[in-house]
Amino acid sequence: MSQLTPNNTPDTPALSCRNISKSYGKVKALHDITFDVQQGEIFGVIGPDGAGKSTLFRILATLLLPDAGEATVEGFDVVKDYKKIRKIVGYMPGRFSLYQDLTVEENLRIFATLFNTTIEENYHLVKDIYSQIEPFKTRRAGALSGGMKQKLALSCALIHKPSILFLDEPTTGIDPVSRKELWEMLRNLKSQGITIIVSTPYMDEASLCDRIALIQNGSFLRIDTPDNIVKSFGKGLISVKGENMGELLKRLREIPGVISCFAFGDSHHVTAENSSNQLNSLTADTLAENLKKQGYTNLEVKNIEPGIEDCFMELTAK
Amino acid sequence: MKVIEVENLTKRFGSFTAVDNISFSVEKGEIFGFLGANGAGKTTAMRMLCGLLVPTSGKGVVAGYDIQHQSEKVKASIGYMSQKFALYEDLKVWENIRLYAGIYGVPEKETKERTDMLLAELGFEKEKESLVKSLPLGWRQKLAFSVSIFHNPEIVFLDEPTGGVDPVTRRQFWEMIYKASERGITVFVTTHYMDEAEYCNRVSIMVDGRIDALDSPSALRREFAAASMDEVFRHLARKSKNNGL
Amino acid sequence: MREFRIFVQKEFFHIFRDRWTTLILLVLPVLMIILFGFGITTEIRNTKFAVYDPSRDAATQEIVNKLESSDYFTLDSYLSSPGDIEQLFKEGRVGFVIVFGEKFYQSMLHTGDAKIQLIADGTDPNTASILTNYATALINTYQQELFASQLIAEGGKRGITAETRLLYNPTLKSAYNIVPGIMGMILMLICAIMTSVSIAREKELGTMEVLLVSPMKPFLIILSKLVPYFTISIVNYITILLLSVFVLKVPIAGSLVLLTALSLLFIFVSLSFGILISSLVEKQIVALLISGMLLMMPAVFLSGLMFPVESMPQVLQWFSHILPVKWFIIAVRNVMIKGLGFSSIIKEVAILTGMGIIILMASIKKFKYRLE
Repeated sequence: MSQLTPNNTPDTPALSCRNISKSYGKVKALHDITFDVQQGEIFGVIGPDGAGKSTLFRILATLLLPDAGEATVEGFDVVKDYKKIRKIVGYMPGRFSLYQDLTVEENLRIFATLFNTTIEENYHLVKDIYSQIEPFKTRRAGALSGGMKQKLALSCALIHKPSILFLDEPTTGIDPVSRKELWEMLRNLKSQGITIIVSTPYMDEASLCDRIALIQNGSFLRIDTPDNIVKSFGKGLISVKGENMGELLKRLREIPGVISCFAFGDSHHVTAENSSNQLNSLTADTLAENLKKQGYTNLEVKNIEPGIEDCFMELTAK
Repeated sequence: MKVIEVENLTKRFGSFTAVDNISFSVEKGEIFGFLGANGAGKTTAMRMLCGLLVPTSGKGVVAGYDIQHQSEKVKASIGYMSQKFALYEDLKVWENIRLYAGIYGVPEKETKERTDMLLAELGFEKEKESLVKSLPLGWRQKLAFSVSIFHNPEIVFLDEPTGGVDPVTRRQFWEMIYKASERGITVFVTTHYMDEAEYCNRVSIMVDGRIDALDSPSALRREFAAASMDEVFRHLARKSKNNGL
Repeated sequence: MREFRIFVQKEFFHIFRDRWTTLILLVLPVLMIILFGFGITTEIRNTKFAVYDPSRDAATQEIVNKLESSDYFTLDSYLSSPGDIEQLFKEGRVGFVIVFGEKFYQSMLHTGDAKIQLIADGTDPNTASILTNYATALINTYQQELFASQLIAEGGKRGITAETRLLYNPTLKSAYNIVPGIMGMILMLICAIMTSVSIAREKELGTMEVLLVSPMKPFLIILSKLVPYFTISIVNYITILLLSVFVLKVPIAGSLVLLTALSLLFIFVSLSFGILISSLVEKQIVALLISGMLLMMPAVFLSGLMFPVESMPQVLQWFSHILPVKWFIIAVRNVMIKGLGFSSIIKEVAILTGMGIIILMASIKKFKYRLE
């Protein structure tokens, strides 16, 4: 693997992206994307559909040409040295990357063969994942459930021992249990030293990455570790639970000092100014008082730490 | 008043039982969450309820019509929207509305008036003449939902309507669901977002073709001593024998 | 190469695991030969005809008998007046009417201007001309018989219509024309249409992009797709020849080696065409439509299966010049049916080779090794 890289120092980023832009006609899919991914990192690109994740992945996997900017993968330029890059990366577009009418084992063999290796040679790499679907190895890939398909796709991407893995939305459309399993497998791969770049629309998966980039409308909103992004939230976040949550939501939005209020499962998240110098600053206690005066009972109001979703919503708020 | 009544509904494909003897009912105006892992039988069950698939055995009544013998009437009385298909991308916004209104028999004059109202409500007045494919995904889903209830059906079936949509729009979408529910429309929704399960009045979880849990989210959390619906779901889905299919 | 072999195997799996594809590729050719060979004939039998005969003499009687006793005509009625003719055609009761002049026998023997009028339903010009030709042929036979019995002296003026030869079906046997046409169609179906759809499928399903992001050279990927279709077309080539020789009784008049070489050339051209089309489209259905419309339909017309090539409108005949299948069918007819040698097909071989090279180069140039 590393014999192919021109700069062989451990400090060289596995991936380097500078000012990458891409448009489809009038639509600007990617705008000035700049970031690095370090060796052995799990880097997450987090954002909703249409944000530009797939376009970015395709450019990095050398399938599309950027309109502007440069990018290198393991030191190789994505435009000029695309043939070299194609030898060392694993690429999975997530939804349709398997041959539905071939069996599990046949699919794996095809992908091993594609990279001039055999299943036997690298079996140890994929054992953890593949062993879960091995009992079904003679079943056609089309007959597997979503979670199983993704496990097979991951095995196929790994079987040739790539130095860097591009996984485009591997967990989309999969149920929460299978999603969690897949992420556990990804984290286990870190010990193999494989750099993983993964995209997902699920905000809760962000915390499972080493560093993330939040993407919306073709631009990166923030690039950092999940912890740092949370720390830079900049506002107060209060969780409110009570009876009549529908009513409560409307009421909360009318309270002065409330910047925004959104439903978050069984509680509402209220963002408010948290500086005590501000005129309209709001704390959990003052908010609770306010609500009690309005007749709300059975309240649970407390300050909470923001999650990535809160941060994303705050960053995309108009 | 019950909008859905299901008794011992079963569907077999050859030797494989996709839906295994499920029974439940849904009240008018309820927001009913229909959860389950992929391959648990959700899609098959929904198709039967929409009159698209004939059950192997058992009975179902949706909006007062039998799903097996009066499937056409069922289809005319419901709304449907899914993540994969909602609107025709190469038609304009108002053309899509007119198309679906026409399919469900909404009179033309009424369609014209309510189209303008609907667009105003969504804040889409400027997009009336735009092709749907030029709209951002989140807008499309919101519009698709409005179109699916344009003809005021008794019940609307939503199949993972918020998949891949950004967090803010997702919540706006659910606020639209609340409004519909207040209007008396029953909402039957499937989703993979566990926080959305909390927004439902009641939730059912399918495992291997059976319904293994059915109650309000808070009751389920108590029952399984879980901090969130996510935990409840994982607890139940892990028991699935059919890990391959 | 081991990798290549495994990929070829994968392509065979894709083909044979899909029931419909297997059916089309292996069963369809057999069906077509049998169906077209036996079932459809461009011969016309038992057409009802009527006679208006003011003479009612030995000559007219003889001619009517000849018509009646042939397989082609069946006597329906004698008309009492010429005015009835139009009505008969309108009602569709007859497809043909023969009208004799007055004093036919005498005119024929003495003045030499015995008149016969042959009337056929012109709304189907092909059928009309065939019927007229049959009738004329029968009338001429009668004339020959008269010469032979020296009732009329040769050299005298004859008053019956000029002889017309049947150009495209000289032996009145349709199977001879079917085989080259079907061979062209089948080889093109497999090599151009199925190949282009197969490659387009990988693009549509998204597996192509995964194949591209790998060290495997794109041309090997394409080549692995061609091998199964090449093999199947050889199998079908052999099947078609066997069926035509032993079942339809259409022998291979010329050199089998030459015929095979010619077919291999055409296969090469068709495969290139398939690759070219697939590099221009993103979806299977588009590949199918383009190759179907552009290649298959003209092949059907050119094969002479429906109607003679010469009766096609000028524009289409002109358009057919740029289609490889047209030249292939001509060459096969020359070698297989007429038994001619290489010198008779030099022109066609040159054209096919030229087309093949141009198409192959174009498809190599057009092949996308990125998504755009």
